[in-house]
Amino acid sequence: MSFVTILYAVLFYVAAIILFVGLAYRIYEYSIIPAPLKIPTPPAPQTQRGVIFRFFKEVVLFESLFSATKWTWLFSWLFHFALLLAAFRHLKYFTDPVWFWVSFDIVQAAGHYGAYVMIFGLLGLLGRRIFVDRVRYISSPSDYLILILIISIALTGLMMKWFQTDILAVRQFFLGLMYFQLSELPNDFMLLIHLSLVILLMIIFPYSKLLHAPGLFFSPTRNQTDTAREKRHISKWAREIEN
Amino acid sequence: MAENKFNTPQIREYPVIPALEKEATLHLAPFKSKEEFQSSLGYPGELVDNWQEKALDKMGDLLKKYRSLRVYLDSCMQCGACTDKCHYYLGTKDPNNMPVGRQNLMRSVYRRYFTLPGKYFPKLVGAQDLTKEVLDEWYSYYHQCSQCRRCAVFCPIGIDTAEISMAAREVMDSIGVGQKYCNEIIGKVHKIGNNLGLPEPALEDTLEGLEEDVVDEVGIDVKFPLDQKGADVLLVTPSADFFAEPHVDGLIGYAKVFHQAGISWTLSSHASEAANFGMFIGSYENMRKLALRIREAALELNVKRIVFGECGHAWRVAYSFLNTLAGPFDFLDSRYPVPQHICEVTNDLIDKKVLNFDKSANDDMTLTYHDSCNVARASNMGGIMGGQFSIPRKIIKAAANNYFDMDEETIKEKTYCCGGGGGLLTDDLIELRVKGALPRMEALKQVVDEKGVTHMAAICAICKSQFSKVFQYYGLELDQIVSLHQLVGNALIMNKKEV
Repeated sequence: MSFVTILYAVLFYVAAIILFVGLAYRIYEYSIIPAPLKIPTPPAPQTQRGVIFRFFKEVVLFESLFSATKWTWLFSWLFHFALLLAAFRHLKYFTDPVWFWVSFDIVQAAGHYGAYVMIFGLLGLLGRRIFVDRVRYISSPSDYLILILIISIALTGLMMKWFQTDILAVRQFFLGLMYFQLSELPNDFMLLIHLSLVILLMIIFPYSKLLHAPGLFFSPTRNQTDTAREKRHISKWAREIEN
Repeated sequence: MAENKFNTPQIREYPVIPALEKEATLHLAPFKSKEEFQSSLGYPGELVDNWQEKALDKMGDLLKKYRSLRVYLDSCMQCGACTDKCHYYLGTKDPNNMPVGRQNLMRSVYRRYFTLPGKYFPKLVGAQDLTKEVLDEWYSYYHQCSQCRRCAVFCPIGIDTAEISMAAREVMDSIGVGQKYCNEIIGKVHKIGNNLGLPEPALEDTLEGLEEDVVDEVGIDVKFPLDQKGADVLLVTPSADFFAEPHVDGLIGYAKVFHQAGISWTLSSHASEAANFGMFIGSYENMRKLALRIREAALELNVKRIVFGECGHAWRVAYSFLNTLAGPFDFLDSRYPVPQHICEVTNDLIDKKVLNFDKSANDDMTLTYHDSCNVARASNMGGIMGGQFSIPRKIIKAAANNYFDMDEETIKEKTYCCGGGGGLLTDDLIELRVKGALPRMEALKQVVDEKGVTHMAAICAICKSQFSKVFQYYGLELDQIVSLHQLVGNALIMNKKEV
């Protein structure tokens, strides 16, 4: 085993633990904190099914953002959608045998061109941060850096087209990580940069605003039903005050 | 007077998002609460010595009690979708009045003391120490939020700035920095029973006077009962309804509706206030204590139903929180929701054809309707989605011939706050109130010019008081704001035989 292989294997394990344990812990924290009052915003559904439909519209279409600002909606929706396409393309590195639909040409091509769309969307978001005075005012260095980090991941991913690597060996490396049978990672510069940036993203995820992903599902203004009069909603600590 | 020291914003033909003016309203801090009022609410009388430590303890406590606070402080992407949604930003141009700007005042402190990156790399993630300057900013800007939730409608995550400003006010109260207006009023309700400190004999006198007025006006003996045991309905209404214009015309309207429908009802001297300022200061305990007065009154008077008068924030606490705070209400008639809004009562009676109107009685007015923020975005009516928008409009159209909505972007769930909600309806914040009213005034001016609208109806005591005050700054007359049930009362055909 080369030093590079061992280093990246260790880094990936550490990053994966931080990402998954960190995220699971955040979700656990959110789930145990009570929401003592009913605060859904309109149009507030009256049934659980309505809440699911509401989330479907928020997660798939970014409905609220669309009603707020069309440019931000366009850039961020394109970015997230393209990110999903890119993720599908990358499933070939983590599934064995490769899931049948992942190897479809259209899925692979969409993942590739998705990278361009992703960069377009991210540059749009970055542009807003730089040129719109209100967004510039609220931006801290980390807001720019996260955008730059993800742009860099997409760019280095795209560059692999020209800085080719042995993708079968890369796949073997990741499957090896998953099944604890370490296999050699190609020692190619662009690949290692790409992977390093991904590792960094994994590590910062549970400590950054990227928590908006789980956060949305725990947002009481969005996940509550509008049934305050029909059913008494009371949290544990509020019940304790009553006694 | 402070009223002369600022310029009323210009009404613009095509509203554009203003450019930032940093610290434009940092100086607008409301008067602080005195020791006697602080202590009656269980808070220290002045800034405590170890205030920073105490404030952070309180924050930590609230972060464990309110999921909204924790999730909202974590989840903001700083995307900017909310930045042009707050009426106070549009009116003052101060970036700390952008919803995210306001949130960041607390978020930066949260990051500094409660997150890993903020502890080690504060500059990188925009974290800052809780200094005296930051506390002063909190005091100014968390009292420049009317908790109207317009930002929460547009936020892709649903982050509700109201949750954060309520928490901030609670943290400040806990270290002895309270706001005079809210805390004095809460003290009055605890002591006397209503926001205005109107004692029972005065209330009784007022109601008798109203009975005489109505007899003089329509020749019918419409009663305004107080503390009448065994009545069907307990009416809980904002105390402004007892004497201020146009509020009192609304109260007359409710009384006429009950009279005409033959529903026996009563007011309570113990719960002579619908508004619950405990919400404004984010204090669950105070909110609960105030809400319990209503339960106690309902039990004492042995009523079957509870109905709320026209009051926006009161209706939020009533509709969304009352069951939580003071429930369960299993001792009331289960055929009716608890509580009901007076508009729901009137609407049902219209549907059942119990109420009939002579619409021409309101022909001297061309009307529009202001959706009060807390009715629109924090409650419902009629148990149907959007009932809080459709029911009041339906009633107005039943009672009046001439009605036009304002611009679609400024009504219903996108309505603008009047500029005086959330505990800001105080003269020491008049500059903020005038500036914050700008978006509503622009939308109103548009229908005044284009549709010939002469009057705006509302169902919130704060809205009515605020508009009566700020209309003059925008060239409107103070009586151009009317109560919804004033229209009902004007047009209702009263059946004399039943008396």
